[in-house]
Amino acid sequence: MSWIENRFEDGLLVTSLDWAVNWARRSSIWPMTFGLACCAIEMMAVGASRFDIDRFGAGAFRATPRQCDLMIVAGTVTYKMASRLKRLYNQMPHPKYVMAMGACTVGGGPYFKYGYNVVKGVDLIVPVDVYVPGCPPRPEALLEGLMRLQDKIRHQTIAKRPVEQAG
Amino acid sequence: MVAEEICQRLQQRFGADIAAVNLEGAHPHAVVAAEAWPEMARFLRDEPDLRLNFLRCITGLDLLEDNKLAAVYDLMDVTPSGSGPKYETRHEFAVRIEVARDDPHIPSVAAVWPAAEWHEREAYDLLGIVFDGHPDLRRILCPEDWVGHALRKDYEFPMEYHGIPGSTEFDLPNPRH
Repeated sequence: MSWIENRFEDGLLVTSLDWAVNWARRSSIWPMTFGLACCAIEMMAVGASRFDIDRFGAGAFRATPRQCDLMIVAGTVTYKMASRLKRLYNQMPHPKYVMAMGACTVGGGPYFKYGYNVVKGVDLIVPVDVYVPGCPPRPEALLEGLMRLQDKIRHQTIAKRPVEQAG
Repeated sequence: MVAEEICQRLQQRFGADIAAVNLEGAHPHAVVAAEAWPEMARFLRDEPDLRLNFLRCITGLDLLEDNKLAAVYDLMDVTPSGSGPKYETRHEFAVRIEVARDDPHIPSVAAVWPAAEWHEREAYDLLGIVFDGHPDLRRILCPEDWVGHALRKDYEFPMEYHGIPGSTEFDLPNPRH
């Protein structure tokens, strides 16, 4: 029996600060309304009642980057859009996460060879946390991606945040 | 009014400016000279029995083998009949204009059919056809600082745009279409 056990009254929550912060963060990831192409249809399905991303605390799609934690890049990113995408990313407050949804954002997808106007992967513009492949990914795949992002947040510490190092 | 009659009316008025006529197949059209095009457009729109008052689309073509660029104007009559949603005649015709590839100039018809304004901007953006007299001839799809015209057959793909690398895996600056 160590020195810390049997010292607190029943009902007092014992946790680490890291765990509590990460729990709060991963349970209320607010994504940005950022549908660029057909993947956005699947993202809308994820937000609606059948798949319901709100079960994982990520259902509050915000219309401004300043209230967002997560940018789901859902669709083809063109060179013309790239500067806007980067600006939106810069406007998001820390901690911020990016999910690349669909083949186009993962690496150019069907436009890789002949798409003169398509960025060959959104990770050339902003750092990406989770890649969700598919064309478009099924809603279940996007939910899986969200859970992988939650896993990633679970292993963060407030002492050292990987996002700030990358950004 | 069928395509043959429309073509006859055109030839009566603009005989010398019509280079060729193709009435075979599903897309009857006349190949005309670029200089006569604005006057011809007004004629096609305003003549009471022609009244091709709807420009359906402009198709741009890159005829690399002939060293030419072309624009095809699809025209249609959408004058409604007196009652109900029916059209009176609904005849259609197409006009094709071919210009030299190294100096492609076609007079604008944005003043004749307002729909032409954006269509001409798109043909300018992607093929580089210059429409003289257009009110606002800017790129419509690509960014304004884009280099080249993307749907030309000898277009070279960008290897870099504003610091973002392009496709390099195939190492082909000019992929074959």
